[in-house]
Amino acid sequence: MAELVSEPVRAEPVPGLDSLRRLAIVPAFNEEASVGRVIREIQAFDPGMDVVVVDDGSTDRTAGLADDSGAHVLRLPFNLGIGGAMQAGFRYAFERGYDVAVQVDGDGQHDASELPKILGPVVSGEVDLVVGTRFGGEGEFRSTAVRRVGIRVFAWTVSRIVGQRVTDTTSGFRAVGRRGIALFAADYPHDYPEVEATVMVAKARLRLREVPVAMRERAGGRSSITALRSVYYMVKVLLALFVGMFRRYAVPQEEDT
Amino acid sequence: MTPLIVSILGALASFALVLVVLELIRTRRLRERYALLWLLTGLVLTALAAWRSGLNTIAGWVGVRGYPPAVLFAVGLLFILAVLLHYSTVISRLSDQSTILAQRLALLELQLRERREKSS
Repeated sequence: MAELVSEPVRAEPVPGLDSLRRLAIVPAFNEEASVGRVIREIQAFDPGMDVVVVDDGSTDRTAGLADDSGAHVLRLPFNLGIGGAMQAGFRYAFERGYDVAVQVDGDGQHDASELPKILGPVVSGEVDLVVGTRFGGEGEFRSTAVRRVGIRVFAWTVSRIVGQRVTDTTSGFRAVGRRGIALFAADYPHDYPEVEATVMVAKARLRLREVPVAMRERAGGRSSITALRSVYYMVKVLLALFVGMFRRYAVPQEEDT
Repeated sequence: MTPLIVSILGALASFALVLVVLELIRTRRLRERYALLWLLTGLVLTALAAWRSGLNTIAGWVGVRGYPPAVLFAVGLLFILAVLLHYSTVISRLSDQSTILAQRLALLELQLRERREKSS
């Protein structure tokens, strides 16, 4: 815990960002050690970006600290898991008419100074979903062997399903535009949602792109994915992917613009 | 042929199931929509247990030669699986609904807090 004080984040401007209503969704489950710094970093990056922290039934001071830091706080009455928490955030974004929503995890592993890379292609309207990938040469990524294998398997499977190369399907550092917000507000996968969400986006004929980003080690708390859960994770997600190919998805409403 | 005692006990037990289900409905501890599968289970098992020649014939159809009551077990097992699967779908729906409720509650609470702050 060397520094909880936020350093000013120097960020390249994103052309066109200021004219959009933009929201950072910060899912947090018992992240009192890091959530305040995460919020301050986002605010330092872009003071005009609203921050909504989705407190996923935390038992620590996460919600209070987030509130003190100037974020809006959605307090879920009990733990829904990252999927349910993120969907609450997307519903918030949808109901309040945001143009862009970016997910920044409350554990501090997503670096606010990388936000321009994530936001850029969505803001310019080139794509509907941008996923920050850890495997694009930016920074290094350390993980256990099991997780690395799992990530490879998903990357291969998802790449085939969506018909374009995807390297990091489990990354939560992602941004969506209006159509993505509408899609995810209506329908978002449970438990471990990122892999399925990527497929959903492709099925809904939204455009997606990966951009290389550096991620940090977790600033506090513990990863929700332990060694034993990795196995459940893999089986559950593969089943969801397989069945998902035959599933009907909610289609976001077409916009008049 | 099924031993008589097996038929009697089987029919009594199955009929007891029907009575218990009816009592649960009567006292409103079980909703009708969840009781239907149980009632069907009880009635089918009662009928199969009591109708001895019928059980014999059915056992013959499905190739059970030695011990006709095995058909009783098989049918009972099948119904129990159906009931369990039905419950899994019910649980899935309930957890989906409670997720939506939790999300709506959080959204409404935030709106309420904001209104209060604005008015004060």
